[in-house]
Amino acid sequence: MKHLKKILFASAAAVLAASALTGCGGSGGSSSGSDGDTIKIGTDLEMTGNQAAYGADAMRGAQLAVDEINKAGGVLGKKLELVSLDNKSEPSEAASAAQKLVDEGVVAVVAPNMSSNALAAVPILNGAKIPSISPGGTNPKITVDEKTGKVIPYSYRACFIDPYQGKVMASFVADKLQKKRVAILIDNSSDYAKGLAKFFTDAFTAKGGTIVGTEAYLQKDTDFNATLTKIKDLNPDFIYVPGYYQEVGLIVKQARAMGIDVPFGGGDGWDSPTLAEIAGADALNGTYYSNHYAIQEDNKTVMDFVNAYKAANNEEPGVFGALTYDTIKLLAQVIKDAGSADPQKIADGLASLKTFSGVTGDMSFTDTHDAKKAAFILTYKDGKPVFADKISAD
Amino acid sequence: MDSGIIVQFFQQIINGISLGSIYALIALGYTMVYGIMRLINFAHGDIYMLGAYVGFFVTTQLQMGFFPALICAMVVIGITGVLIEKLVYKPLRSSSKISILITAIGMSLFIEYTTMYFLTPQPRTFPPVLPNTIFHLGDIIVSFQQLVILGSTVVLMLLLWYIVQYTKMGKAMRAVSYDTDAALLMGINVDHVISFTFALGSALAGAAGVLVGIYYNTIDPLMGIMPGLKAFIAAVLGGIGIIPGAMMGGLILGVVEALVSGFISSTFRDAAAFGILIVILLIKPTGLLGKNETEKV
Repeated sequence: MKHLKKILFASAAAVLAASALTGCGGSGGSSSGSDGDTIKIGTDLEMTGNQAAYGADAMRGAQLAVDEINKAGGVLGKKLELVSLDNKSEPSEAASAAQKLVDEGVVAVVAPNMSSNALAAVPILNGAKIPSISPGGTNPKITVDEKTGKVIPYSYRACFIDPYQGKVMASFVADKLQKKRVAILIDNSSDYAKGLAKFFTDAFTAKGGTIVGTEAYLQKDTDFNATLTKIKDLNPDFIYVPGYYQEVGLIVKQARAMGIDVPFGGGDGWDSPTLAEIAGADALNGTYYSNHYAIQEDNKTVMDFVNAYKAANNEEPGVFGALTYDTIKLLAQVIKDAGSADPQKIADGLASLKTFSGVTGDMSFTDTHDAKKAAFILTYKDGKPVFADKISAD
Repeated sequence: MDSGIIVQFFQQIINGISLGSIYALIALGYTMVYGIMRLINFAHGDIYMLGAYVGFFVTTQLQMGFFPALICAMVVIGITGVLIEKLVYKPLRSSSKISILITAIGMSLFIEYTTMYFLTPQPRTFPPVLPNTIFHLGDIIVSFQQLVILGSTVVLMLLLWYIVQYTKMGKAMRAVSYDTDAALLMGINVDHVISFTFALGSALAGAAGVLVGIYYNTIDPLMGIMPGLKAFIAAVLGGIGIIPGAMMGGLILGVVEALVSGFISSTFRDAAAFGILIVILLIKPTGLLGKNETEKV
């Protein structure tokens, strides 16, 4: 608790100090963040609470991007300034942080990375006509109003949505690995896994492959021997497991123990160092998963980012660090191209964005405000995920 | 293809027995406590979780091997079980059954979330303390770890059988189970017997926790919920309060789950387990080995 208070106090102090420096002490709602010498960008991230690890990574990515931009002279002759609020990994706090950012007069907001928090923050930001970008929130409802089916005008995301990963993996398995018979093992308690499995199935069968069997499990299951015995008998040449690392680790481990040596694949739910601890490095050889970002040794843009991040924080950037870094850089580019840091101009700039190249690849926005970009395929070598391929479906 | 189905059938039986022996170990604790106190100790699944954490601690921090870790966890969890009984259930012994039952549910949540608070909800991974050897019997695969689980379970059950049938304390346990008041009149210290029962049952759950930690090599604070419920079904299936019934119920449940996943669909596995509970409660509420007896008033 003490720790939490400290962080809250620190962020409150930072906000106060920031407003004092810029001379627009959050007085009137009409105050625009481009007044004074800085352009204020808000962040509504998971700095404490359950997803604090993701939030810390994201925050470091944002800070690194801001530092780099300011070092290079800022945007339109002004420095970028982050107004960082903590949403404590809770939707209600995410909403109140969004309201505070609006009152603070920021010109754009980095919306929460966790979908549930982003869903709480976006209506407030959209109502205030402040453009927001969620770096890693994958729930379709973040940018499209479920009831009306209409796109939320001021809300964007810097990543692709989940089902896209299913398509990407289907292309990879059919075209690159040249596999024909796939068994699918779905986490039945997760809409995420079910979505990936559905899109994988559709795309894979469209390419002429066969799904030899679809089995299911629930989160927290530990014994997969019975199901795997059945799958082994179906004789697949690839097994798709679009779940989360905890169960995936056990599935791969138990499969290898019973002599199933075909490749496995999954989505970004696999992305955790714990996966290798649970499954063991050997068992993970010949497994592939799709993700938003990968460290590519031969890509200078990516390696520059990785090295700068490491130099500043003493650890490697994660997915959210990379996506949030790109989000800030994207906002800077849009502000520069628009020639103004007015929220409406930024929103127009986002809507008409042609292309942006970042560390997570080249992107533009789809009609539904999702990022249109390639996905990365990673493979495990000695218990470490390494870049295998970059694939864009459709 | 025909031989394929036969191989698969036997493979599923082996999968089911190794899963079922875990259920049986946990079910024994349920059934013994029920036999003595007529209490369904819903915190039992969480005691099993604590056992896994003790095993994790001694294997990672103290570098213990398999057997020392197993024994250490059994001792620590046995003592924990007695403490829970003394601090939580004993003050309520004269209260109505429903208050004790609700207290047990509260205790279960207390253990889960206290563990989560102090040890984080992150799953931990067990170090490999047993070799990953695999034996091929024709086309059927048995792992060394499965054999260890089965072996440990059988040894522990025989030990329990000996204690209950051939020791003085075992005799006292049976007497208390038969009629608590009469046992008290005969000069049996019922408090001691209850504590001893909790110690035994908890130690077995602790052993199951360590075995599961080693076999599946991942543990987390909520790992006890589902196995706890399944073991409860196993205990009811065999006849709650009857020790051989718990062993039988556990093995049957494990095998049924494996066969349902293997030959029908993995989605129906839990439905089958809970379906068994409903069917047994409808047809023979006293369980497979239970005798119909009129409720004492």
